[in-house]
Amino acid sequence: MYVETYPRRRVPAGMTRSRDDSRDWIAELRAEGPERDTALADLHALLLRGARFELNRRRACLAPMAREELDDLALQAAHDAMVAILAKLDTFRGASRFTTWAYKFVLLEAAVKARRRAWQGREVVLAEPDLHAFADPARGSQEAVEDSELLRAIGAAVRDDLTPHQREVFCALALNGVPIDVLADRLRTTRGALYKTLHDARRRLRAALADAGYTTTSGGGP
Amino acid sequence: MNLDGLLGPAGPEVSCEECFELLDQYVELELELADADADARLPGMREHFQGCPACREEHESLRELVSRGA
Repeated sequence: MYVETYPRRRVPAGMTRSRDDSRDWIAELRAEGPERDTALADLHALLLRGARFELNRRRACLAPMAREELDDLALQAAHDAMVAILAKLDTFRGASRFTTWAYKFVLLEAAVKARRRAWQGREVVLAEPDLHAFADPARGSQEAVEDSELLRAIGAAVRDDLTPHQREVFCALALNGVPIDVLADRLRTTRGALYKTLHDARRRLRAALADAGYTTTSGGGP
Repeated sequence: MNLDGLLGPAGPEVSCEECFELLDQYVELELELADADADARLPGMREHFQGCPACREEHESLRELVSRGA
């Protein structure tokens, strides 16, 4: 993958000016010539810090991964976030600091890349698993019976009340723990579209359980 | 049994797109005000985090990164 490089900032000692004000960032990123080049280099450095922070948080899920590969993933995330930020610069309204706004782009890019990398070569299971694996073994005997009945009712509602697409999405995301970005890749769709399907599926399941006499607050029985 | 993990939040929630749009503002409100004030100003965010693990993880990361003064 091609990753653009940005020149490191060369400012004489004592001449560095911090950009506390978001308007400075916006003005300099919209400027021409060396001022813009400097702002771009600073933004890239900030995004790379954010990408490394996120990938370090997820290191346990990414192992084993060579340091060079981790660095490359961070560079890709910083680059993709930079492209997204520059494309959306006009939408920045100052509801937060510019740096907070910019960080959210690179954390998203790094998180999505890390999830995809962690699931490389793994099977994405869309089928319904044994729901009784979701029972809490620490519950008392009476509560365990209630949970078992509720799980059976959820299983019946999954089979009877969801469309085939809703069933696949619900089983993959809510039951089998497939990350939403990984499923979006496999089904060639978006996180937002999948979450809408999941949301609709959950609403149908809650309605079906209510019709069957179950309350759907945590631990609710018939 | 944690039904929210299976059935999602019972109350209204924002979409993933709305969550991303508001995330930076929400995190700064959380860090500058009490969490409850952030929820009152931007309702539906906390509920979305209950139902969407990916957005929840990104919220936790941004909150931690910003709280470090990065």
